[in-house]
Amino acid sequence: MRIILHVWRQKNAQSPGKFERYERPEVSPDMSFLEMLDVLNEDLVNKNEQPVVFDHDCREGICGACGFVVNGIAHGPEDGTTVCQLHMRKFKDGDELYLEPWRAKAFPLVRDLLVDRSALDRIIQAGGYITAPTGTSVDANNILVAKPDQERAMDAAACIGCGACVAACPNASAMLFTSAKVTHLGNLPQGQPERLDRVEAMVATMDKEGFGSCTLIGECSAACPKSISMDSIARLNGDYIRATFVKRPLELSGQGSG
Amino acid sequence: MSWTLKFWDSTVGKKVLMALTGAAGFVFVIGHMAGNMQVYLGRDQINAYAHFLHEKAGLLWVVRIALLAAVGLHVLSALQLQLIKRAARPVRYQKPGIIQATPASRTMIFTGLLLAWFLLYHLAHFTWGNAHPAFRELDAYNNIVTGFQHVPSSVFYIVCMVLLGLHLGHGGNALFFSLGLVHPKYRQAVRAITYALMLLVVIANISIPVAVLAGVLKI
Ligand code: HEM
Ligand code: FES
Repeated sequence: MRIILHVWRQKNAQSPGKFERYERPEVSPDMSFLEMLDVLNEDLVNKNEQPVVFDHDCREGICGACGFVVNGIAHGPEDGTTVCQLHMRKFKDGDELYLEPWRAKAFPLVRDLLVDRSALDRIIQAGGYITAPTGTSVDANNILVAKPDQERAMDAAACIGCGACVAACPNASAMLFTSAKVTHLGNLPQGQPERLDRVEAMVATMDKEGFGSCTLIGECSAACPKSISMDSIARLNGDYIRATFVKRPLELSGQGSG
Repeated sequence: MSWTLKFWDSTVGKKVLMALTGAAGFVFVIGHMAGNMQVYLGRDQINAYAHFLHEKAGLLWVVRIALLAAVGLHVLSALQLQLIKRAARPVRYQKPGIIQATPASRTMIFTGLLLAWFLLYHLAHFTWGNAHPAFRELDAYNNIVTGFQHVPSSVFYIVCMVLLGLHLGHGGNALFFSLGLVHPKYRQAVRAITYALMLLVVIANISIPVAVLAGVLKI
């Protein structure tokens, strides 16, 4: 099949970018989207041109490295699918596809379709973990978790941190990403001790990194390759309210335990 | 920073404030609509209602000040968040696309700002009277009928009620998310009830200028 690509080419964050048109006359419908770009890049290198830079790693939809916008939709038109798992059979002969990088202030452009998503890592570093004693692993089923909580935690833990939620959000908000981690850990017993501190710290970092605020439009969840639910955002908000109005500050009596 | 300021400073805290003040506004417009409906019970009924409100001057002012504070906080947060959102995407998509976003959800700031403008006009029209062609203090029935006999005013009110419907259509449901009040057992009921209340407010309010223009309500 024939595909016409318009790929965003930009040398670095400082220089201006533009769409470059590439005709791909012989695309196999069995190729993944990234394989189609691999072949394009091979041709570009053979012609002594710079290949299109894009991020990728596992190519099986589980690592979160890949991601760009295809015709205005993060990860392209297939629901619940990363762009590495998107196949060309999803498109028609003669389709014109515009490829753009994730666009957000918090994701500075590196080159072409590659952006720097370390802002998401810093949100995780702020509280997206539990503080647990290390050592030998504890016995299975030592800590019981109710089935509905397990399922909710696992659904939220499916987040691969690709940043599609930020890219898809008209406000470039990272609420779905942040709330997925808050929901994942907040549904598990191990996550309870730090639950309210976590949400405060993660929200503060999210704001500091320059993401927008949430207007509950829902594009994030619709674009999410793991279909993380909007309910996680409600959960984050509820935990944030509790952290602010209910959580007791540390009060030291000064008497020690003597 | 004190914990209250920290809350206000965060985008999540501001959204909580928007949800609370928005919910107060939602409750107010429902009550206001119910008050308005008395125009169908005749001149005496609605004018008695207007007198009743004004007799309770103390209470009236408490409610007015609370509403003013709510609208003020709502608009202030909306504008601050708008600046944050705009700054968050300095380079726009050249080829934008949407998957499921409703027009109402994407236009909250526009419908909101138009509502603020409407609010001022509405006060000048029916409360202060300076934007009214034949204002008579405390003669609510007269003011409503003569006010809406002016076609451009009626059209403006109808358009603004549609905007209110869009704003509350999204906001009425969103506020439950902002407050963390989402539960699978109540999800559908909340959605249905907020939509129904929104439609009730919009349709009931629009019926008044329509009834005046149709000659059902007359001097
Ligand atoms: C007539 C009075 C108004 C009512 C009853 C009302 C109601 C609401 C409600 C219930 C929400 C949802 C809050 C949430 O998402 O949790 C909301 C959101 C919003 N309102 Fe209003 N509103 C009113 C006037 C205004 C005005 C005058 C503005 C002008 C700036 C405005 C701007 C907004 C914006 C921008 C949002 C979305 C905020 C966000 O999601 O970040 N509203 N409103
Ligand atoms: S490359 Fe790992 S998710 Fe796409």
